[in-house]
Amino acid sequence: MIETAAAGSAPADAPVLVLVDHHDAGVRAPVLELLTVARGLGVVHAVWFGDGVEGALEQLGAYGVATVHQVTVGDGTAPLPPSAAEALAEVLVASGATTVLVSSTFENKEVAARLALVADAGLVVDASGVEREADGRVVTVQQAFASTWTVRAEVRAGRAVVALKANAAPAEPVEAPRTPHVLRHEVTLASDHGVRVVERTPRAASDRPELGEAQVVVVGGRGTEGDFSVVEELADALGGAVGATRVATDEGWIGHEAQIGQTGVTISPRLYIGAGVSGAVHHRGGMQASGTIVAVNNDPEAPIFEIADLGIVGDLFTVLPQATAEIRRLAAER
Amino acid sequence: MKIVVCVKHVPDLQAERRFTDDGRVDRGQGDGTLNELDENAVEAAVALVEAHGGEVVVLTMGPEDAEDAVRRGLQMGADTAVHVLDAAIEGSDAFGTAEVLAAAVRAIGAEGPVDLVVTGMASLDGLMSVVPSLLSAHLGLPQATLAAELTVDPEARTVRVRRELDHATEVLEASLPAVVSVTDQANEPRYPSFKGIMAARKKPVVTWTLADLGVDPSDVGEAGARTRVLEATPRPPREDRVLITDDGDAGLRLAAYLVENRLV
Ligand SMILES: Cc1cc2nc3c(=O)[nH]c(=O)nc-3n(C[C@H](O)[C@H](O)[C@H](O)COP(=O)(O)OP(=O)(O)OC[C@H]3O[C@@H](n4cnc5c(N)ncnc54)[C@H](O)[C@@H]3O)c2cc1C
Ligand SMILES: Nc1ncnc2c1ncn2[C@@H]1O[C@H](COP(=O)(O)O)[C@@H](O)[C@H]1O
Repeated sequence: MIETAAAGSAPADAPVLVLVDHHDAGVRAPVLELLTVARGLGVVHAVWFGDGVEGALEQLGAYGVATVHQVTVGDGTAPLPPSAAEALAEVLVASGATTVLVSSTFENKEVAARLALVADAGLVVDASGVEREADGRVVTVQQAFASTWTVRAEVRAGRAVVALKANAAPAEPVEAPRTPHVLRHEVTLASDHGVRVVERTPRAASDRPELGEAQVVVVGGRGTEGDFSVVEELADALGGAVGATRVATDEGWIGHEAQIGQTGVTISPRLYIGAGVSGAVHHRGGMQASGTIVAVNNDPEAPIFEIADLGIVGDLFTVLPQATAEIRRLAAER
Repeated sequence: MKIVVCVKHVPDLQAERRFTDDGRVDRGQGDGTLNELDENAVEAAVALVEAHGGEVVVLTMGPEDAEDAVRRGLQMGADTAVHVLDAAIEGSDAFGTAEVLAAAVRAIGAEGPVDLVVTGMASLDGLMSVVPSLLSAHLGLPQATLAAELTVDPEARTVRVRRELDHATEVLEASLPAVVSVTDQANEPRYPSFKGIMAARKKPVVTWTLADLGVDPSDVGEAGARTRVLEATPRPPREDRVLITDDGDAGLRLAAYLVENRLV
């Protein structure tokens, strides 16, 4: 257990740690949103696991990062959540930070939980907003019960660990970028936590935006009967990502990683379009926080119409291609 | 093999779910059920014991009603059940929950070593997916979470898990004893048979209090919670909803709607 910080004691200039998810092509998009939000909470310190931080320094500086903690854990491979949490706890103490932000992926939620446990911190996951009150308290906003409720909560502990959902806030660079200062940490783990990675296959990158981060998502359900082409074409015309219901992924019409819902990916894009999707509660749990919801379904009684801003009772195989053609025509005109 | 399965009693997804005025999940509607995702956990455990021998203990922490959750586990084939019931646990957050569940796993272990702790991937009321990790930390056991596929090698004393993450597929191997969580992809939960339902009536449900487990009540419940709900408000219904029927031009109208609302 690391020393406990007193509630509400965070000085305004206390660092805020932001865990930077990255891959070969650089920083993942939600991180830029986290950095933007973090600037409202204190001095932004980024945490980068592994090599390759040099190529990202300029971008991190552009989003207001003052210091980057480059952390090497054990042999330098990407650490599993228990090891990442152990390493982050070290950085937390070394930096004097009282707040930690991570993006809300399954792995990061585990990192956040284990870090909060040892740091005696309050934990909020899947937050859609986070602020610091004048008295230093951290207050968060979450959507509950398939986004039918909004919950504001305060962290009572002296430290806060918050996992923020993608698209929670727009990413905005700072006016006066600077080059962050890099601090290196070599973390020797107490143990390997009894688990090893036998095999790891990164998912092939797609030309479309990542589902969890996309501003537009077009989703196909059982109504597609396995033909996703009209869904894909509409997604491409809108520069969006393609998602699916569990029925569609279980049928093998599209990979499991495309599943939107309570046991799949949670999305909150500006625009969600569902085609041949009934709107089961498990599915809604993952999409009801979307900005605008459009549904195309040939059953006027489909429950998805209860939450659709624009509902179209019609056959997706005629409505979608017509919309796609019109969107392309309008784009060509502009 | 001795397997402990953690199961939670949650408000029914299909019913209207709400918060109480003081910001807690309203559990007073009387229409709670076993968290669906924990059925996958029970199924995984029962199947492992069918394959390798041993026993399954279902464990829950929660109010009186939560007994229904372990009863369902017994009907599905678990052998015995433990219900941690204590007024002080009301309002527990994930930390309080994990501390109590960990103490209960240790107490179960005192009667014979536990090889595996299995949980669901998330409780469908809170959807945090953090209790399995916290349990692993409390117990000092390896974690292999989000199993879409789970295999145990009893001789090598290892568990293998295949999991689908946002950006990769991974296979993890952990040494036993370990904590694993399973997803809804891992299996198809069995429906309790008539025989299973009858047999479950005779199976014991042991009730433990915090005192039985040596857990300090101030660590858990409302008192120990590290966050506090300030306000819970139902989301206002979406305004200006439009429902149209395709007369041959719905695709054009869809495109026009997107333009009008600056979504293209
Ligand atoms: C524990 C658990 C977890 C789950 N998790 C998830 C999850 O994360 N995500 C998820 O999506 N589901 C999940 N499910 C499944 C969920 O309950 C539903 O079964 C699923 O979402 C339904 O998918 P669907 O809408 O594609 O199919 P259906 O419910 O069969 O709906 C198909 C719709 O297509 C319409 N249709 C048919 N033909 C056409 C056409 N030509 N044009 C227009 N419309 C047409 C029909 O009217 C119908 O409304 C879960 C279930 C369980 C038990
Ligand atoms: N009160 C509880 N009693 C028993 N098991 C629980 C409880 N809360 C959570 N769990 C287990 O932990 C898993 C993940 O829960 P959560 O972290 O709350 O999403 C669930 O699927 C259960 O298996």
